[in-house]
Amino acid sequence: MSDSTPVTTPLTDEVIDRLTIGTHVAFTGVIYTARDAAHKRLIELMKRGEKLPVDLRGQVIYYVGPTPPRPGAVIGSAGPTTSMRIDPYTKPILELGVKGIIGKGGRGPAVRAAIKEHHAVYCIAVGGTGALLNRHIKSAEVVAFEDLGTEAIRRLEVEGFPAIVVNDCKGGDLLESGKQQYRTSDRPIPAVRGL
Amino acid sequence: MVREIEASEITEAVARLAVEATHFLPDDVKNAIRDAKQTERSPLAIQIIDEILENAEVARQRMLPLCQDTGTAVVHIEVGQDVHIDGGYLIDAINEGIRKGYGEGFLRKSIAAQPFSARKNTGDNTPGVIHTEIVPGDKVRILFMPKGGGCENMSRYQNFLPGSGKSAVVDFVCETVDLSGGNPCPPLVIGVGIGGTAEKAMTMAKHSLFRKIGSRHQDGEVAQLEDELLEAVNALGVGPQAVGGSTTALDVFVETYPTHITALPVAVNIQCHSARTKEAIL
Repeated sequence: MSDSTPVTTPLTDEVIDRLTIGTHVAFTGVIYTARDAAHKRLIELMKRGEKLPVDLRGQVIYYVGPTPPRPGAVIGSAGPTTSMRIDPYTKPILELGVKGIIGKGGRGPAVRAAIKEHHAVYCIAVGGTGALLNRHIKSAEVVAFEDLGTEAIRRLEVEGFPAIVVNDCKGGDLLESGKQQYRTSDRPIPAVRGL
Repeated sequence: MVREIEASEITEAVARLAVEATHFLPDDVKNAIRDAKQTERSPLAIQIIDEILENAEVARQRMLPLCQDTGTAVVHIEVGQDVHIDGGYLIDAINEGIRKGYGEGFLRKSIAAQPFSARKNTGDNTPGVIHTEIVPGDKVRILFMPKGGGCENMSRYQNFLPGSGKSAVVDFVCETVDLSGGNPCPPLVIGVGIGGTAEKAMTMAKHSLFRKIGSRHQDGEVAQLEDELLEAVNALGVGPQAVGGSTTALDVFVETYPTHITALPVAVNIQCHSARTKEAIL
């Protein structure tokens, strides 16, 4: 992306301030993968007061379950999965100190409010471009819940990983404003309930 | 005259279809995405469309799956009534093909064995969701669709009052697309099944997704409804990845079947822009 904002992880408050809706971001540094199953386990550990396998403060989580790498490759196809499925787990993860999330699709009202409250940012990568996104992943290492297979937590080193800001720390929502801008239908917009 | 077909031929065909379908975007889909750039009004949407097209190139050149979600293996198999399958049970042969294709092709295994409890991964993406149909002739036609979860989970079914007519269908499809937002990865291909019973309607909606983009139903009235639905959906402004835009769907396909006097079943089954299908004829 020609006009993207380079960002290194972990994220600082100053950087998050600049990431307003519609901004193209190019992430460089470490990000952690986690989907529904890994979130469920993390939250169970938190509830029991046990130590988490990774320190997620200030970190970016990427909702992805990659295909297996071919021999010698770092990772397979690795695009984002539907974020809304992770809505029920997102508030506690933000309370833990996660500052950035990459997924696809919109978030429910409760998650949007939590993103604003915790001064975090939610971005989308383009869903269904897992082959293209593969090029930005320089290393991948399973760091927790190996038995979950594709859903294990992986530590990824990324370079210029492209994403678009959808929910910013000011409460903006790109999908809502985008739909309004391009809607020519007379139909009323149904409220997104989230999960 | 009965024609003998070896079960192993079916296994090999399914394995090959799994790999090809997940790596090579069909030309009709690629062309439709390319054409959408001409009508798309949002600059951000156009950038996304470009990335989708580039992804298809990279996937092909580097033999990487188009999408990490290589799906539930949906197989629709038409078996000619003059065919005899030799050397094994048809369904086992299909599942063996899925196992082979997903293993050797480095595809993601995404099937959880116990849906409401342990959800342990079966490890080989079996079993597939297999539909069999007995047809005239002595050929076997295998239609393969690696169906992603993001779009499949946005499926909807509703039975309307019998007199509700076309407007109920249009309203239901538009509401489904509006509520789905970016979850099913727009631009979409939308399958709609109208009539029959609940399972018939959803099966028709799914099966319509094997059609080529731009094809129209042979019944003029149904074809007109397809055009109307496509226009109505693209007026919603959802756009590629739901960032806003005029390209929400690449096409809408409708299949119908006679229904009970009390019923108007409507099913919607959505396909993502990675509208992967592949067929083989034995």
